[in-house]
Amino acid sequence: MAKASRWNGDVISGAALAALGVFILNEARHWPYMTEEGPGPGFFPLWYGVAMIVLSLWLVLSASLRTPGKTVAGGVNWKGVGRALLVWFAFAVSVGLLKWIGFLLSFALLTVFIVVGMYGKSWRLGIGLAVVNALSFHVLFRMALSVDLPAGPLGF
Amino acid sequence: MEVLTSLMHGLGVAFQPGNLLWCFVGVFLGTVVGVMPGLGPAATIAMLLPLTFQMPPTTALIMLAGIYYGAKYGGSTTAILLNVPGESASVVTCLDGYQMARKGRAGAALGIAAISSFVAGTVGVLGLMLLAPPLAKFALSFSSPEYFALMALGLSMVVLLAGESLVKALLAMLVGLWLAGIGIDLFSDDSRFTFGMSEMLDGIDFVIVAIGVFALGEVIGNMEKRGESTLLPVPKGLRNLLPTWQELKACRFAFLNGSIIGFVIGVLPGAGSTIASFISYGVEKAVSKHPEKFGTGVPEGVAAPEGANNSETGGALVPLLTLGIPGSGTTAILLAAFVLWGLRPGPLMIQDNPELFWGLVASMYVGNIMLLVLNLPLIPVFAQILKLREYALYPVIFGISLIGVYSVSGSLFDCGLLAVFGLLGYLMRKLDYPSAPLILGLVLGDAMESALRQSLMMSQGSLSILVSRPMSATMLVLAVALLALPLFRKFNRWRVQAIEENG
Repeated sequence: MAKASRWNGDVISGAALAALGVFILNEARHWPYMTEEGPGPGFFPLWYGVAMIVLSLWLVLSASLRTPGKTVAGGVNWKGVGRALLVWFAFAVSVGLLKWIGFLLSFALLTVFIVVGMYGKSWRLGIGLAVVNALSFHVLFRMALSVDLPAGPLGF
Repeated sequence: MEVLTSLMHGLGVAFQPGNLLWCFVGVFLGTVVGVMPGLGPAATIAMLLPLTFQMPPTTALIMLAGIYYGAKYGGSTTAILLNVPGESASVVTCLDGYQMARKGRAGAALGIAAISSFVAGTVGVLGLMLLAPPLAKFALSFSSPEYFALMALGLSMVVLLAGESLVKALLAMLVGLWLAGIGIDLFSDDSRFTFGMSEMLDGIDFVIVAIGVFALGEVIGNMEKRGESTLLPVPKGLRNLLPTWQELKACRFAFLNGSIIGFVIGVLPGAGSTIASFISYGVEKAVSKHPEKFGTGVPEGVAAPEGANNSETGGALVPLLTLGIPGSGTTAILLAAFVLWGLRPGPLMIQDNPELFWGLVASMYVGNIMLLVLNLPLIPVFAQILKLREYALYPVIFGISLIGVYSVSGSLFDCGLLAVFGLLGYLMRKLDYPSAPLILGLVLGDAMESALRQSLMMSQGSLSILVSRPMSATMLVLAVALLALPLFRKFNRWRVQAIEENG
C-alpha cells in the first residue's frame, strides 16, 4: 500500500498546507502592505502565503492525478506508526505533567512507559532505569550544572 | 604572513586549558554520537546548545564544532562494523568498509577511515583558513539587495538537493519562513501570528524547533521498529588497526581526492557531506585501475568518501562564518548559536572577533589530532556503545531535549511547543518532507525579510533594485536557474538518484 498511502499523505498534507497558506494570507490582510517608509509587516507574509497556497495546491493536484500504484509489499507499517504516535503521546502527557509532578517524576514515568510498555521489558528493569535516569539527571543537571528543572509540589 | 600570525594567535586561544578540555569533550561526544545510528550531530548540537550558554562563546563554539566534525569520524565505525551508517554521509563507506570487515580487515578499514578523516579534516581546516578571510573582505561590499539575493541563492540550493520532491522542499522552506515571522515585527512593532498568546510575542525560539524536528522527530521515527543488528568483531590492539603499507599506498590519491572534493562541495550551500562522499567515491572509482573491484572491499573505497565527509566540515564553515549563510541543518544550528550569544556571522566576523575565528580554526587542527589519537586505539571501546540498548537510550534523549528547551526560557509553554515540533518532525519524515529547508527558512527568515524590506526602502518600493545591481542580479538569476533545473529530465534523474542514494 506504499504508493496509495503516499498519495493520501500528499493530498492530506497538501490540503493542510493550503489551509495554512489561506490563514497566512488572511492574517496578512490585516497588516499594512506598504507604508511611507517602505514595505509593511504584511508584505512578506502575503508573498509567502500566496506561494504556499500555489505550491500546496500543485501538490494536491499532482497527487490526485497520479494513478495509484500497485500494492507494494511492506508498505506503511501502521503498527509501527501506532507505536511511534503512542510514544509521542506519552511524551506529550509527560510534558503536561511537569507542572503537577515536576521533571524528575514525570521523566521517571516516561522511562518506565518506554522500557516496559514499548519494549516489553520487566517492571524491575523499567523502574530501575527510571530511578537511575532521574537520579543521574538530578545530579548532573541540577547539582553539577545548576540547570533549573521544572519542579512539582514536592520541590523536585 | 598575516594568516600565520593570526593562526599563532588562534593556537594561543585553542591551547588555553579550558578550551582544550571542551574541545576534547566536543570531539569525544561527536564520536559517540557518530557511532550511534539514529542520532545525528544536528540533533546533538541542538540538544546541548542551551547548556553552553554559561560558557564564553569561543569555548562553546569550539565544543559544538568538535561535535560537528567528531561525528563525521564516528559515523564510519557503524558503517564498517554493522553495515549501518551512523549518519547519512557514511552510507558510501558501507560499500567497501563492510566488505573489508567481512574479509577480516575491519581493523584496517577503521584505521584507513581514521587516517583519511584526519588528512582531509586538516586540509578542510587549511582551506577554511585560507579562503575565509578574502571571501569576507569581498563580502564587505554587499548591501541589503545582495544579502537578500545571497540568502535566496543559499535556500534554493538547499531546496534543490534536500528532497526528492522540489515542491515539498519549497513548502518546508515556506513553513520555516512563516515560523520565523511569528512574534513582533522588527520594523513596525505589530504582532504577527501570535494567536493572541503573550508567550508567542517573542517568537518561537529556534532551539525548540531544532530539538523538536531533529532530535525528537528522529527518535519517535526510530521507535517504529525494534531492529537488531549483528556487530562484526572489532580487532583489539593498535597494530591490528593499522593498515598495511600497500593499503596506504593504494589510498594516496583517495586522500587527496576526498580532501579537495569534500572542501569544494562543503563551500556550496545545500550539497553537504553525503553528496561530497558520493562524488568523491565516484571519482575514485572512475580513475581507478580496477573499478570493478569497488564494492568488494577496496581501501580506496573507504578512504575517498571518509575524506570527503570530513573535509566538507571546513568548507561548510566558510559561508557560515564569512557570509552568515548556513548550508545545512547542522550549520543552521551553529548560526543560531552565534545569534544566541549576540554574535552575527558575516563579513565583519573575522575582523571584529579574531579571537573567536582563529581560536576555532586552531582548535579544529587540535581537534583533528585528538580524534586521530582517540579513534585509532579506542575504536573497540566506541564500538561497545553499539551495545547500548534503545530502551535505555531513548528516554535519556527525551529528557535532555526537555531540559534543553526548559533551560532556555524556563517556560512550560515552550516544552509544550517542543512536543508539537517533535510530532511535526516525525510527520515530515513519514511524508517525505525534508527538514533542512524548514530549519534554514526559520534561521534565515528574519534576516531575509529585513534585507528585502531594507532593499525596497532604498528603492522607494521598486523591486528593480534586486535586478539592477550586478551581484544581486547574478545571484537571483542563479537561484531561479537552480530551481528550474529539475525541469530538465536528465538533470532531475541525476538529482533524484543522488538524493535516493543519500538515503
